[in-house]
Amino acid sequence: MEGSVSATEDRLRDLMVRGLAGDSAAYHAFLKELGAHLRAFLRKRLARLPDDVEDLVQETLLAVHNQRHTYETDQPLTAWVHAIARYKLVDLMRRRAGREAMNDPLDDELAVFASSDTEATDARRDLAKLLERLPERQRLPIQYMKLEGLSVIEAARATGMSESAVKVGVHRGLKALAAMIRGGT
Amino acid sequence: MKTDDLVTMLAAGAGAVEPAATARRYASALGWGAFGATLLMAILLGVRPDLAEAARLPMFWMKLAFPACLAAGALYAAARLSRPGVRLGRVSAALAAPVLAMWLLAAFVLATAAAGEREALIFGATWNSCPLLVALLSLPLFVAAMWAMKGLAPTRLATAGAAAGLLAGSAGALIYALHCPEMEAPFLAIWYLLGMLIPAAAGALIGPRLLRW
Repeated sequence: MEGSVSATEDRLRDLMVRGLAGDSAAYHAFLKELGAHLRAFLRKRLARLPDDVEDLVQETLLAVHNQRHTYETDQPLTAWVHAIARYKLVDLMRRRAGREAMNDPLDDELAVFASSDTEATDARRDLAKLLERLPERQRLPIQYMKLEGLSVIEAARATGMSESAVKVGVHRGLKALAAMIRGGT
Repeated sequence: MKTDDLVTMLAAGAGAVEPAATARRYASALGWGAFGATLLMAILLGVRPDLAEAARLPMFWMKLAFPACLAAGALYAAARLSRPGVRLGRVSAALAAPVLAMWLLAAFVLATAAAGEREALIFGATWNSCPLLVALLSLPLFVAAMWAMKGLAPTRLATAGAAAGLLAGSAGALIYALHCPEMEAPFLAIWYLLGMLIPAAAGALIGPRLLRW
């Protein structure tokens, strides 16, 4: 499924823009397709660390989600996604303290949408376990809103928290999740 | 957790995102930071008593324009460095232009001055406190600019930290200029610039640790 890169850009960008406007079905489709592109992109560049690929796909998807407010429509989505994937890849390399594991140059932005791979392997790191370690004011909002699909109002009722505290809890919890991954815990 | 489940989790109830996050964040950072720096200047140093007379001299406005132009360039740089995959464009030219202009003016002033006056043009009366006071006034702005940057997504952390620090330093120098009695281009070209570079260097040093995401 190697479609043309610019067609992929147009389609993903349209889904992303609709997602940012609040269309969560479009946003879901965006993340799902993006995951496949990231997998192919990272697998090629982590040939010596194949077991890290799926973890890094997940970490990058989480980063895309947490920083999605920094995408502005005057910019090609390719450049934005590539910069995030590259940042997370370099960060992983730094943690592994060996850039030689990377065997492909990283400078070609278009490469990020050039291929796609829907065959997920198992992630080594279980994000569900990390989620359990979040404090309650973050864990419960994520549990109700993001995993059980309740609305903000319903999640507020179920937790006894205010609606804004629920939203803040989800937001901070997902950022804390990214920090836990970064810390290598 | 499988990647498909993560995708479902992230998309669930994701809601709309307010547009123009970068602009909104830097606007509030600069607002609060400038408020804090002005308060600090008014309490610790005081506005120069002859401000009304000084405002009639063109050099007073040059003195404000120098840090103001640098602040505009630094804001442009910081905003671009806050978003993944945005190229820097003409940032270095925008930052170099006000510095070069002030250096040229300083060189002209020094070249046309009598030999005995040059030392006074360079050192003024406050050269030894100016850079540190500029750095001190930029502290609230530094915290605010780092907060703004931290909430966005810089990928070149040392450069991004330096840009946020330079933004704080130049805005701090702009506020310090309302207190400072010096009016000579050679003084500004050296000591103001040094004062603005202190927070920029601090930003470059702590950026890689502070700004990670």
